[in-house]
Amino acid sequence: MSSANPSPRQIVVVGNGMVGARFAQETALLDPTGERVRTTVIGAEHHPAYNRVLLPGVLSGDYTTDQIRLPAPDTPHTTVRTGMRATALDTAHRTLTLDDGTLLAYDELVLATGARAVFPPLPGAASPDGTPGEGVSALRDIADCHRLLTLVRPGAPAVVLGGGVLGLEAARGLQRRGARVSVVESSPWIMRRQIDEPAAHILSRLYGDLGVQVHSWRVASRWIPGTGLELDDGRILPADALVVTAGVRADTELAAGAGIDVEHGIKVDDTLATSRPRVHAIGDCAQHPGGGAGLVQPGWEQAAVLARRLTGTEPGARYSGARPVTRLKAQGIELTAFGRVHAQDGQDGVRTLTVSDPAGGRYAKLATRRDMLVGAVLLGFPQAAAALAQLHDTGTPLPADRLALLQDTPPHTGPNIPEPLVCRCNAVTRHDLEQAWLDGARTREAAASATRATTGCGGCVREVDALLSDWGDRASAN
Amino acid sequence: MTTTHCPYCALQCAMHLETGPDGRLTARPAPFSTNRGGLCRKGWTSPALLTSPDRLTRPLLRTDRSAPLKETDWDTALDHITQRLLHLRAQHGPDTAAVFGSGALTNEKAYMLGKFARLALGTSQIDYNGRFCMSSAAAAANTAFGLDRGIPFPLADIGSARTVLLAGANPAETMPPMMGHLSAPTLIVVDPRRSATARAALDRGGLHLAPRPGTDLALARGLLHAVHVRGHTDRDYIDERTTGFEAAWEHAATWWPEHTEHVTGVPAAQLHEAADLLGQAARRRSAYILTGRGTEQHTTGTDTVSAWINLALALGLPGREGSGYGCITGQGNGQGGREHGQKADQLPGYRHITDPDDRAHIARTWGVDPADLPGPGRSAYELLDSLGRSGGPRALLLFGSNPVVSAPHSSRVRSRLRSLDLLVSADFVLSETAAMADVVLPVAQWAEESGTTTNLEGRVLRRDRATAPPPGVRTDLEVLHHLAVRLGQPGTRFPTDPDTALAELGRASAGARADYSGVTPQNLASGQALHWPVRADGRPTPRLFLNRFAHPGGRARFASPAHRPPAEATDTRFPLIATTGRLMGHYQTGAQTRRIPELADAEPEAYVEVHPDTAARAGLSAGDWALVTSRRGTVRARIRTDPTARPDTLFLPFHYAGAQAANNLTHPALDPTSRMPEFKVSAVRLRPAHDPGDPS
Repeated sequence: MSSANPSPRQIVVVGNGMVGARFAQETALLDPTGERVRTTVIGAEHHPAYNRVLLPGVLSGDYTTDQIRLPAPDTPHTTVRTGMRATALDTAHRTLTLDDGTLLAYDELVLATGARAVFPPLPGAASPDGTPGEGVSALRDIADCHRLLTLVRPGAPAVVLGGGVLGLEAARGLQRRGARVSVVESSPWIMRRQIDEPAAHILSRLYGDLGVQVHSWRVASRWIPGTGLELDDGRILPADALVVTAGVRADTELAAGAGIDVEHGIKVDDTLATSRPRVHAIGDCAQHPGGGAGLVQPGWEQAAVLARRLTGTEPGARYSGARPVTRLKAQGIELTAFGRVHAQDGQDGVRTLTVSDPAGGRYAKLATRRDMLVGAVLLGFPQAAAALAQLHDTGTPLPADRLALLQDTPPHTGPNIPEPLVCRCNAVTRHDLEQAWLDGARTREAAASATRATTGCGGCVREVDALLSDWGDRASAN
Repeated sequence: MTTTHCPYCALQCAMHLETGPDGRLTARPAPFSTNRGGLCRKGWTSPALLTSPDRLTRPLLRTDRSAPLKETDWDTALDHITQRLLHLRAQHGPDTAAVFGSGALTNEKAYMLGKFARLALGTSQIDYNGRFCMSSAAAAANTAFGLDRGIPFPLADIGSARTVLLAGANPAETMPPMMGHLSAPTLIVVDPRRSATARAALDRGGLHLAPRPGTDLALARGLLHAVHVRGHTDRDYIDERTTGFEAAWEHAATWWPEHTEHVTGVPAAQLHEAADLLGQAARRRSAYILTGRGTEQHTTGTDTVSAWINLALALGLPGREGSGYGCITGQGNGQGGREHGQKADQLPGYRHITDPDDRAHIARTWGVDPADLPGPGRSAYELLDSLGRSGGPRALLLFGSNPVVSAPHSSRVRSRLRSLDLLVSADFVLSETAAMADVVLPVAQWAEESGTTTNLEGRVLRRDRATAPPPGVRTDLEVLHHLAVRLGQPGTRFPTDPDTALAELGRASAGARADYSGVTPQNLASGQALHWPVRADGRPTPRLFLNRFAHPGGRARFASPAHRPPAEATDTRFPLIATTGRLMGHYQTGAQTRRIPELADAEPEAYVEVHPDTAARAGLSAGDWALVTSRRGTVRARIRTDPTARPDTLFLPFHYAGAQAANNLTHPALDPTSRMPEFKVSAVRLRPAHDPGDPS
């Protein structure tokens, strides 16, 4: 390293979740020798970084907690300090105070504090100090997961409060562990923000078929430990455990305490800068005009953009908002939704196409504007969902035949070749073979030496044999 | 009648050559382990080029670039080359001369070409077109297994497998007789296109996974994720025979199926299905994973192949009879061509040019001082890109290669070649690159000389001479001999007899990783299946790694590189992805097959395969002439619509030249390890070609 280089800048990242850890990894990749930046990551949990998205998979037993660990940057220029909490931020002196009293100086600060589970004002759900009540847990971190696994035993009943994506994934996970699960959702239908009502009805029925009862438009009135959850209609859903998945709130405490502009998240612009110099925010704690909080993909994109900026490898990199795609991870259920799913046909130039098959457990709604897909709900259309999400993602126009799009098997034909070939390898047509037969080629071997048919991949052997025997039969009949 | 092997691809189908009533040679298939009596239309028609009116039979020379090439005699041509080389060497040093070889050359020629470069020219600047072929797979296999033999088991083994995954390989189109081995297994085909091989897979109850071009690395990781989560990893094998699984898993762990779906466009449900097919077959030790150019020709090619190998290792496939990983080598002698010293960093037998012991062994075999052997040179594209530049070579000798059509970013390659002081091409037809040369040397074709090749399964084969070359034509070995002597080398150092060259190659490779010391004309003639290494006792090695992998310690190594996107992303100006590939009726740059009337008539011109809606949106329909443009250039091609195409992806065959050359579009960004260019992903736009008429 030449002495002309300025000394590397110190980056401190608050938060070792999926986005904070990703930022550290991107930075290490862009600056493997550590000549531009040195990175320190502060993580509140004692665990190394892990993949929060897969926690419902830990509940179901698909993953062990070891298996959801995230790759750690393999470089001495990145330090990860777990089990530490940042308690104060001084943006004037550019220092961060940790809960053990350590003062960390930074050149650039990255807030990746994520979000916390919100507990509804439900009697019994939380103690006065805010900790979960008896038999109650959120599903936000590994500790929650362990807690739930001790609460839920095979055959025992459990209730999931909140029928959003996480709630439905948790419900399926617990049910696969052997629990008898019900879901309570206070909105008129489950996944209210992501899908429309008809889709939610079919989705509820699919859950019902799996043994998970869904109670929509029902408000919980009381959690009775050891008994269950009482609903506003007086019914009691028996349960040993209550999983609260009723939403999250951005963790903005540190930022707000430092006087940084905060609304429902820490406000950032396209450069991911906050209202204070040298302080940046990414992931669930950030509020970008383009949206995207709550899903990991936009957070990862933000991490990549900010890493390029702060390492100086691409100082002009910008994050211009997300095109989030919601994908339910629940075994046996294929649900994808994105964009303007609630659009009405004819409203400001949007056309909709709907296919509903309640008995078959399938539903599709496409919202289009001119050639472009602006929204979709796809339940039970795995192939089309994957293709459409990519069209949406890349801004590729839609093919003309929208119904054909929903067929999981695209037309099973090749490019337009003028005459169908019997033997593709040697470009032999039926006519060529017939001519060879008329010239005396009566066996496959003779036909092969006359036309070369069957000598390539061998895939046409049966067809050639059939043609020869057919012509033979016809000749003998005459 | 002569029984030999086909001049084209690495399947090296056996064929009988016989003189027909018109005195010309004709070909018909012969039984052999790879082709099982099959032959594709390229093989059937291969003798037509021997008597093609385009055949060169006299050297061509021009001393003034603005003048056309004129016929001359051999002495004049060779003297001219020698004088120019000596003059340039005196001015600029030995590295001013560069050599570019080919995976089409026999083992003997590849070996002699490397020797010629290092001794007669004294240059470090030698590389070959195989860099554009299997280099990514070779690098990944070396990292994983400690040794690269494309398919480290007899090809016929795959015939009894339950499941075979083909990643970026389309043998139904590119090497049809190979499909004979794939009729029983359930196939999983990974290809952005509904290729002939993908259709074959679906017809027999298999799977077609169609990722967005440039996302194969994500797909391979996603499959490892699915395989592990669904309990298909072979824990005992991982513990006993490998290292590095935990780190590889951490990288795969971030590719859960729904995330993989989002990036690749392959449904999560298909990933699960593929994982189960592989897992169930692996449990019975009956699964194979094979890769081809589609997944390898990327700037992430090495990492992508590593990810496929990781998948194979997690399933416990490599190094066990009945299962494995292999790379389907493309060029006729792509395997042997990469072993014997025409690669910038290698000496014969897969020896390292920087290893003192390897250098000493080769120096001893060649009768020179190890200090006289040059060090490593530039890789293929870097070599081409340095031509005529400050510090770069000023003379280039080409053997069996046509980089104007085969290299990425054609216009830049052309301008580099034009800036040379001397360009020499040894070829049998006037290829697009030969047409730019100062001297063209007419050389013999495959049926006119003997020599050995090493096929895709690492089996050394002998091609026998069936006829004499036309008068005036010399073999490559003769050309090297005469040039070397003129450059002051002893003539015995550059034998013209292939068997003598093979014997020397055997000594040079003795004890090395690709050991040919036991390969003799006698055991070749006996039809023995000589899979290398063939040590001095003559015993071949049909299956590598059964007891140990080639790394010290004997374990295979999982790789865990970080994820990288393609070199170029689509945007509003270039919203589509162009990917390239081969057609049944043509071979590589088409220099040979476009001169065979039967093949040229069937596919006479470039086409672009596109979804009918994508075409319609550009104002085009089937049969129209279109222009496909990238940041680097434009291709004219006729529209062919395919309703199964991804709407974001265009496909162009790369066999055509000039305005129709697909490599006008491609990106010269290189894989950091293998130096493979980004052939398979270019951001492009599509529009109508308004001027009608013949574009070629």
